[in-house]
Amino acid sequence: MAHPMRGATAITGFGMTPMGRIYKSTMELAADATRTALADAGLKKDQVDGLLINAGITGTTGGGLTLGLQNYLGMGNLRLLNHMNAAGSTAAQMVQYASLAIAAGMANHVLCVFADAPLKDGSSAGAAYGGSARSPQRPRGMSALFPASGYYGANTPYALAARRHMATYGTTQDQLGTIAVGQRQWATRNPLAQMRDPITLEDYHNSRWIIEPLHLLDCCLVSNGAVAVIVSSAAAAKDMPQPPVYVWGMGQGHPGDSNRTGSDWETETGAKAAAQTAYAMAGVGPGDITCAQLYDCYTYTVLVTLEDYGFCKKGEGGPFVEDGKLGPGGSLPTNTGGGELSAYYMWGMTPLSEAIIQGRGHGGDRQVKNDVILATGNGGSLSYHACLILSPHAN
Amino acid sequence: MSEYLKPLPEADAASQPFWDGAMEGRLVLMKCSDCGQWRLPSRAHCDNCLSESFTWETASGGGTVRTFGVMWQKYQPGWAAETPYNVTIVELDEGPRLPTNVIGISNENIRVGMRVKVDFEKHEDVALPKFRPV
Repeated sequence: MAHPMRGATAITGFGMTPMGRIYKSTMELAADATRTALADAGLKKDQVDGLLINAGITGTTGGGLTLGLQNYLGMGNLRLLNHMNAAGSTAAQMVQYASLAIAAGMANHVLCVFADAPLKDGSSAGAAYGGSARSPQRPRGMSALFPASGYYGANTPYALAARRHMATYGTTQDQLGTIAVGQRQWATRNPLAQMRDPITLEDYHNSRWIIEPLHLLDCCLVSNGAVAVIVSSAAAAKDMPQPPVYVWGMGQGHPGDSNRTGSDWETETGAKAAAQTAYAMAGVGPGDITCAQLYDCYTYTVLVTLEDYGFCKKGEGGPFVEDGKLGPGGSLPTNTGGGELSAYYMWGMTPLSEAIIQGRGHGGDRQVKNDVILATGNGGSLSYHACLILSPHAN
Repeated sequence: MSEYLKPLPEADAASQPFWDGAMEGRLVLMKCSDCGQWRLPSRAHCDNCLSESFTWETASGGGTVRTFGVMWQKYQPGWAAETPYNVTIVELDEGPRLPTNVIGISNENIRVGMRVKVDFEKHEDVALPKFRPV
């Protein structure tokens, strides 16, 4: 018997701002994306009775979305409201909690909004995320061992994780590079992408080191922008203007603290638990997935996520991606908009937004077979994970 | 000795015995009195069994390189002169993982799984646990 949540809800509205060096406040960006999503869904603002909010890095560094977005948007009819944060896994989680609330009769149309604006006029992308400004000369306590060892930013833990995988399983720099090259090929077909010039494996190797084993082209972009997604019941979706993208499966997995004694956080992620839950709910397995939109803060994240979703065995992610099967024309089209590496970095909204575009059949030059779409989100240092399995088919 | 420009830790109440031990050349960590698990960083509760009972014990100082990176970004001016430098996680023989740097070896020769031993880098009022290959 099918799971009661399989196909119970659908994504019915979608709005995005331009991405990159857009110098507006996060509230303004969120309002722009919301206006687009409402028009897209054919809904009046007062018909939306749920609001879930997720701030990006500016939620930590300052200027991020707060619960006050409700008032900025002038939404007075809410029966469901929260400001959520489980890092890059939050976008998928917002759709999950929206779906559960709708199925329980707590709301009809839930707006899920992400906005971020870490880029300031005249400062680098690295400055937005590096954290150097937050490191004092005399840091206190045991956590001071991190800056005292030169351990900075999000790049460090992901380099450490990639190194561990390479040392354990023989994963190569070429294999990581193949992921970057494939995603750039996709980005050349995406008018919304920030980076649209094709790259070669040689370009990858020639890009500067950030922290070995990560080159610049292993790392995601930094973007200002916003994405708004509206979730409705499957019944309501049938009468709305856009092709519904049905939610077939949902799952989460959170190993947490990457420094915990005994943890294999570098090579075994929360995606494993999330996959089991979501596959069971959707009634599908990895062989049924026709395209994958995987959180790709780094090339390595894609590789380890593919393993944990069972597309290949643990440790075989390198040989699996080596033939370019993730790129255009490949057998597992992945991050078909260019992803966070080449298109735009809206945390978990990057894979989710491309999943919606593909699910609606609006991919244009990059449209792929969209029967069963996997969209994942990951955050922290591979600490948090959530996913959705989506489809244009109600059943 | 030229001025030290990299971030230099200061003890807080919860970590004082760790830094006192380091000044004496000993790696001193919390150990749970109930389940026996060593822990790092310092905190009131054991993250294995949630017990509040603990003692400060001297670890062997031996460990293994669990993973490492070689940093080229210049995040902090104090580190700029040494870039590229290694950032290493040493898994202590007692279990906890310590962010540190491997010294006495070129970055190209560091390997995951390499055996290392603690060697304290002493400053005026604080000592930092670094690790050398054995």
